[in-house]
Amino acid sequence: MEETIHNDPGNIPDPDAPVDIEGAFEDSQVQGVLDKLDRELVGLASVKTKIRETAALLLVDRVRREVGLASASPSLHMSFTGNPGTGKTTVAMRMAEILHRLGYVRKGHLVAVTRDDLVGQYIGHTAPKTKEVLKKAMGGVLFIDEAYYLYRQENERDYGSEAIEILLQVMENQREDLVVIFAGYADRMEEFFRSNPGMSSRIAHHLDFPDYSDGELMEIASLMLGEQQYRLSEEADRTFREYIARRRGRPNFANARSIRNALDRARLRQASRLFENRGSGLTKRDLATIEAEDFLASRVFENDGESS
Amino acid sequence: MKITQGTFSFLPELSDEQIKAQIEYALEEQGWAISVEYTDDPHPRNTYWEMWGMPMFDLEDPAGAFEEVKDCREANPSHYIKVNAFDSTRGWETVRLSFIVNRPEREPGFRVMRQEAQGRDIRYTIESYAASGSPEGERYGR
Repeated sequence: MEETIHNDPGNIPDPDAPVDIEGAFEDSQVQGVLDKLDRELVGLASVKTKIRETAALLLVDRVRREVGLASASPSLHMSFTGNPGTGKTTVAMRMAEILHRLGYVRKGHLVAVTRDDLVGQYIGHTAPKTKEVLKKAMGGVLFIDEAYYLYRQENERDYGSEAIEILLQVMENQREDLVVIFAGYADRMEEFFRSNPGMSSRIAHHLDFPDYSDGELMEIASLMLGEQQYRLSEEADRTFREYIARRRGRPNFANARSIRNALDRARLRQASRLFENRGSGLTKRDLATIEAEDFLASRVFENDGESS
Repeated sequence: MKITQGTFSFLPELSDEQIKAQIEYALEEQGWAISVEYTDDPHPRNTYWEMWGMPMFDLEDPAGAFEEVKDCREANPSHYIKVNAFDSTRGWETVRLSFIVNRPEREPGFRVMRQEAQGRDIRYTIESYAASGSPEGERYGR
């Protein structure tokens, strides 16, 4: 806390002293995490840029502190907004790692919670519950999914506001112990921040996660299949493209998560198809190939336009 | 008379940094669970101290547990406060480390009580000067 503050740039002692940002960058091994982010996450260009910027800011801040320049301990609390399945949790995990490598959190673990983990059932239940979660998250990152459920506008006596109060207090007083990330749909988060001005003023970084395009979802699918050593037959590839386009129009479309679920179901159908045909000389290739019919059985292809 | 119970009690008082380092050791190196307890009855046979909140499982970092120590100190500045580390490993299932992190400013100690029994027998026991005669919460000033 006690740092020498040089407000006047003319007052910097020894201004020509060389600084070694490159060295600090390499020491922190942040590049490894950033590379991993690039490798594992398809698309999300804007998010990746923002993370790079944040990492750069934190790194420069750290170097500044090392050479004795003023560096207010930066507020690191963030909000991640975007539709379901756009990679918020995954990015949060990488973020925790980056913050850990840069020395802004001591342990770098991620504790993911929702309203139920913070808010109690009866009077006096909320504070200990919230505090317990906060204690578990100390030294790492607390990820609050669908944070707006904490605040229920229609009910003043909802215990959520108590949890928010405790959160705010810790976010302010123990900034070096804990980083909080709020996540959820963009519009509802905005409303949440509007009704909790104290919250939004303490959040420095806003990351918006755009929906994936069909091409990106296809890429994600091939990543997932590659991991599990499956492949799509040519026809299945076409069918799956069609599937994605149709699925998007359906309710509860959750980007990458929908893709994962669709692939899981296709594997199930593939397995039962193979089992039916078990007498007919199957090969290793058959085991690894998902055919168009495995997708076509999906409800998404049922009588066009009708919901089911 | 400085009361010597638990680990480190013959050493000078631990600083906050040292307490954090000990908690860190218990969490990180050993995977023990931390709890905080307090009392104003320091008789060596008093094994049941008051719990300050629930034991804290699944912690990663000492900051949270130390926060509880601070809160407890604030609420009970002239009580004895100790930090316990519980080992849940099968076969142990017991407190493995326990040390005092707060004590009253003045510790008057204990006196020996003698009771004359049948014949010329004498029964000995000890009694805390501070704890005898006044109820809980009023024993060490405050």
